[in-house]
Amino acid sequence: MAVGTIDRIAERAARITPFGAANRMRGLSDRAIAWIFIMPSILILLAINIFPLLWTVYLSFTNYRANQPGRPVQWIGTANYERILSSGDIWGYLQVTAHFVVWTMLIQVALGLGLALLINRGFKTSSFWTTVILIPMMLSPAVVGTFWTYLYQPQTGIFSYIIDVFANVGAVDMIGSIHLAPWAIVIVDTWMWTPYIMLLCLAGLRSIPAYLYEAAEIDRANGLQKFWYVTLPRVLPFLMLAVLFRGIENFKMFDMVVELTSGGPGSATELASINLKREAFESWRTGYSSAYAVILFVTVFGLGNIYVKALNRVKS
Amino acid sequence: MSAASTAYSVGEASPRVKWIAGILVIAYALVALIPLVWIFLTGFKSPPDSIAYPPEVLFTPTLEGYVNLFTTRSRQTPEYINSLGPPQSWYDALVRERNMVITGPSRFIDRYQNSVIIGFGSTFLAVFLGTLAAYGFSRFKVPLKDDLMFFILSTRMMPPIAVAIPIFLMYRQLGLSDTALGLILLYTAVNLSLSVWLLKGFIDEIPREYEEAALVDGYTRLQAFVKVVLPQMRAGIAATAIFCLIFSWNEYAFALLLTSGEAQTAPPFIPLIIGEGGLDWPAVAAGTTLFLLPVVIFTVLLRNQLLRGITFGAVRK
Repeated sequence: MAVGTIDRIAERAARITPFGAANRMRGLSDRAIAWIFIMPSILILLAINIFPLLWTVYLSFTNYRANQPGRPVQWIGTANYERILSSGDIWGYLQVTAHFVVWTMLIQVALGLGLALLINRGFKTSSFWTTVILIPMMLSPAVVGTFWTYLYQPQTGIFSYIIDVFANVGAVDMIGSIHLAPWAIVIVDTWMWTPYIMLLCLAGLRSIPAYLYEAAEIDRANGLQKFWYVTLPRVLPFLMLAVLFRGIENFKMFDMVVELTSGGPGSATELASINLKREAFESWRTGYSSAYAVILFVTVFGLGNIYVKALNRVKS
Repeated sequence: MSAASTAYSVGEASPRVKWIAGILVIAYALVALIPLVWIFLTGFKSPPDSIAYPPEVLFTPTLEGYVNLFTTRSRQTPEYINSLGPPQSWYDALVRERNMVITGPSRFIDRYQNSVIIGFGSTFLAVFLGTLAAYGFSRFKVPLKDDLMFFILSTRMMPPIAVAIPIFLMYRQLGLSDTALGLILLYTAVNLSLSVWLLKGFIDEIPREYEEAALVDGYTRLQAFVKVVLPQMRAGIAATAIFCLIFSWNEYAFALLLTSGEAQTAPPFIPLIIGEGGLDWPAVAAGTTLFLLPVVIFTVLLRNQLLRGITFGAVRK
């Protein structure tokens, strides 16, 4: 009751006071609301993103093993980092990762840009087919990896069969062969993510004002020149951004490849993330793998920064 | 910004060019569909049909894969099966043809249920908290606003495995390992950055004049937010929610590392079906179909909202 009465009095008082004052009197101040609204999100991100990251950095200087919680934790300085960087194994895994990232990006850029240019011609039903093309990128990468192992079966799989029909090379063992497995993961990633590159290219194409083409026409530019001098400069920032996002994702790639090849055969598809997971959750070298994680994080961050600088130069 | 947009900037192409472009795009789409169609069909094959060579396009459909997906079975001698009396149901009969008896339900339904609970739980939290934070950032003078917004975005660049180690330790301490709540909190945190950024974009587009009019009419800030701003954000909230839901639905790495029994979601479980049934591809295909189908339907129905989220960041001013 009492609260109701106070509310009503406040209400009446508010009506006759000027706007700013009324606002301060009734309920919470804007400043309080702003903080009450923002704080929960910041706190969750601090607790579940920033705090763990700092903890990883701390652990990377220790010999902690998560499967032996009772063992005293020793500060061992940069020993973990020295061991990783001098062992040479990591370079092998980074090479496998680089092969994956570079080839997926090259193929997807070519296919994605090509598709976007075609769709932008505006044939009938293009919007329907664009949606169909999008479907693979919405699916769970781990489940995609699982069912592609079935498609890739050398004796019975449909992939091997189709290749055999067209190329007549017999059974193709995509995930069992050291030479083919790195391409098997490139193919599946391309199947999944070409639509993403295509979409961003399409966004770029749609942002080109028609008068630029009209001007090019007046200058008697041919098709190739129009593409080179009008289309490409406008699409390139979008394309490079798409490559940045996907490049970072593929550098971190884990789920799809784990289910498809689990890093094999041998270590032919052992991407850095997969190897990191092995060290952290199978060998339980927690301190060592924390240092590994920091190194990978710094590498992504560094490469990303260099790339963003290049991107900004293209934009300006 | 949508693929269905008809504002073509490249001048009108000639009918022949359009025709060729159409053929090429449709050819790509059809090839890209083969794996999905194939998995869908495999779900209705019998195990021998699923490993026939050359692969069979025409076959007698059976629900064996789905029965195997939902049940656990044990192999028995024909004499034992004959001694059981007539089968109780059509799926009993189907299993007995392979000299097996059903011993109970499989864990697929539990895993699917976990995926639904964790997906919707984390989506609700991420969108709820994201809406509040986005409103705060959009409408009030927050000190260090740009820095905080960048901080929120930067949490998205972190590799999951790098934070997985301490989160694993933290959850073990707090008793959150292998709980739905643990995964819900984690997915909320991952989705929050996208949610805040997307929703701030939507709120920025709503004119401030509406709220100011409401304030003059005697509404409090909170009332103005709930009664004036929220109803206008419906489309934005829906688009954001779809994105969060799809991420949580598809997530694998954290689910694999942080759950084992109780709270496991479907993505780490589906690959295990292969081991359980001894290369039972129709069951794997059935599980895959049931898991992917909602996403495919979502994608087709809500494509315009999705496109806004996908191209977000690249097309923002």
